[in-house]
Amino acid sequence: MAGIEKSLQTKELTVSMGPQHPSTHGVLRLVLELDGETVVKCTPHVGYLHRGVEKLAEGMTYLQALPLSDRLDYISSMSNNVGYCLAVERLFGIEAPDRAKFIRTIVCEMTRISSHIIWVATHALDLGAMTVFLYSFREREWLLDLFEMLCGARLTVSYPRIGGVRNDVSQEFIDSLYKFTDEFPKRIEEYETLIDKNRIWLGRTKGIGVISAEEAINWGLSGPVLRGSGVDYDIRKRFPYDAYDKVDFDVPLGKNGDVYDRYRCRMEELRQSIRIIRQCIERLPRGPVMTPDAPKFTLPPKERVLADMESLIHHFVLITKGPMAAPEGEIYVATEVPKGELGFYIVSDGTGKPYRMRVRAPSFVHVSLLPRLCEGGLVADVVANIGTIDIVLGECDR
Amino acid sequence: MEPLEITGRIKERFPDEVLDVVEFREQLSVAIKKERIVEICRWLHDETDLRFDYLKDICGVDYLGKKPVRFEVVYTLYSMRHQHMLRLKATVSEDEAYIDTVVPVWIGANWHERECYDMYGIRFTGHPDLSRVLMPEDWEGHPLRKDYPEGGPEREWPGFQEVLDKAKKFKEFSWQG
Repeated sequence: MAGIEKSLQTKELTVSMGPQHPSTHGVLRLVLELDGETVVKCTPHVGYLHRGVEKLAEGMTYLQALPLSDRLDYISSMSNNVGYCLAVERLFGIEAPDRAKFIRTIVCEMTRISSHIIWVATHALDLGAMTVFLYSFREREWLLDLFEMLCGARLTVSYPRIGGVRNDVSQEFIDSLYKFTDEFPKRIEEYETLIDKNRIWLGRTKGIGVISAEEAINWGLSGPVLRGSGVDYDIRKRFPYDAYDKVDFDVPLGKNGDVYDRYRCRMEELRQSIRIIRQCIERLPRGPVMTPDAPKFTLPPKERVLADMESLIHHFVLITKGPMAAPEGEIYVATEVPKGELGFYIVSDGTGKPYRMRVRAPSFVHVSLLPRLCEGGLVADVVANIGTIDIVLGECDR
Repeated sequence: MEPLEITGRIKERFPDEVLDVVEFREQLSVAIKKERIVEICRWLHDETDLRFDYLKDICGVDYLGKKPVRFEVVYTLYSMRHQHMLRLKATVSEDEAYIDTVVPVWIGANWHERECYDMYGIRFTGHPDLSRVLMPEDWEGHPLRKDYPEGGPEREWPGFQEVLDKAKKFKEFSWQG
């Protein structure tokens, strides 16, 4: 026997996972060093989607930079737009009217639902439960149709504007959305019956990728990844923006900080989002959807440009000269997007263009957590760990 | 804690380090010297009534031609317990473009610092793995510097030709042999 053991040699195996791999959710590459089934070292490589958004924004006016924020986290573009608009509004010291605030809250929560159901769909698919994927894309389609009805675009919407939103909502939109809030809680139950008591699902998520509350704070995690560890930190509650201080909702918290708790957090958030949307629809105030200061910041509607001299002049001045110069100063404004905390840090030098626009992307921080989650675990759990942090590489690489 | 109290505490503890304090739209920025950055961060993190335990962000800013000292490394801090925010700005000159790493204080600083190095070329001494994160490893220059051309460098990145050659080679491959 001793002779055989001596002649058998083991060595660590290096596996390159990605950049083209179905469960890396984009173009993420992980270099895994394996000792048998155990991951010894995990090195993430990012940057494949780097487009230089921060550099591009420096050469654009505040108005022109808005569509860049769509392309960060492209499955929740509404929330990114709102985050950007809030940062610029704060810099200029203006505020959107009440109706626009409620509409923004509605679309943000719609985005949260569509992002979370994509997450549960792909995460379950990665772990071998395919049915959820087919079910949840049905609901996502409904939401995307609503976006299309609202602004004509399904994915990269650019609907919120600095100082309000592009156009008012139609009654048809409100009716369809209200019907959605009636139907959707039943659909959430459908997803849960499919996976929540599934023994394979439980086995692959419970006790995997555990991270404690103190550690999660030290890592700078945010969103459901942080709340899954039981840290009560939600920007919608702590620094309410738009209409979040006018609606009731709970912040679901996990306990153990494992993959399963983060899954539960997100499923509860779906229910809370429905609650928020319903309250917003019921209390939607009347009034304008754009602040009266708008001509200085935002293009007038096309119909008015064609009919009204004043609007034509505004349009011309905005396009040729750019919007009014911003006050000199710097501002950091964070919003709670589906993935976590999206922060815009804008340095203004008193011109119409941002001197520096920094995007604090939640996915970037979460990808850096991957070695901590994967090392020491099994290679099969790597997929669960990638899924649980809910990353979008467009936002990570910017 | 109110912004003024926080500045008062920092000035009291590190009187020689604070360069400038600015408040804009209720947000507080404190500019400091870079030499004792780790000590200041450690103190901000540990002190019971400040307790800045959450590092939101680290980024660089290039003030080429605008300020006497070219770079600033900006730390956005938050306290989970006391719910207050602070922006620390350490000034870094072009000739001595390095600063100590704060990874021992907040482990989440790791990738932010790597990105700052990648984009501005500011070195973080003592960093566990200071390498480029978004740009390719053999990239020349630091893209977010103000003197870096927006349209990209004149000389093409050598890796690009390599990728094209590789793609061409794969195209020639045929399964039939």
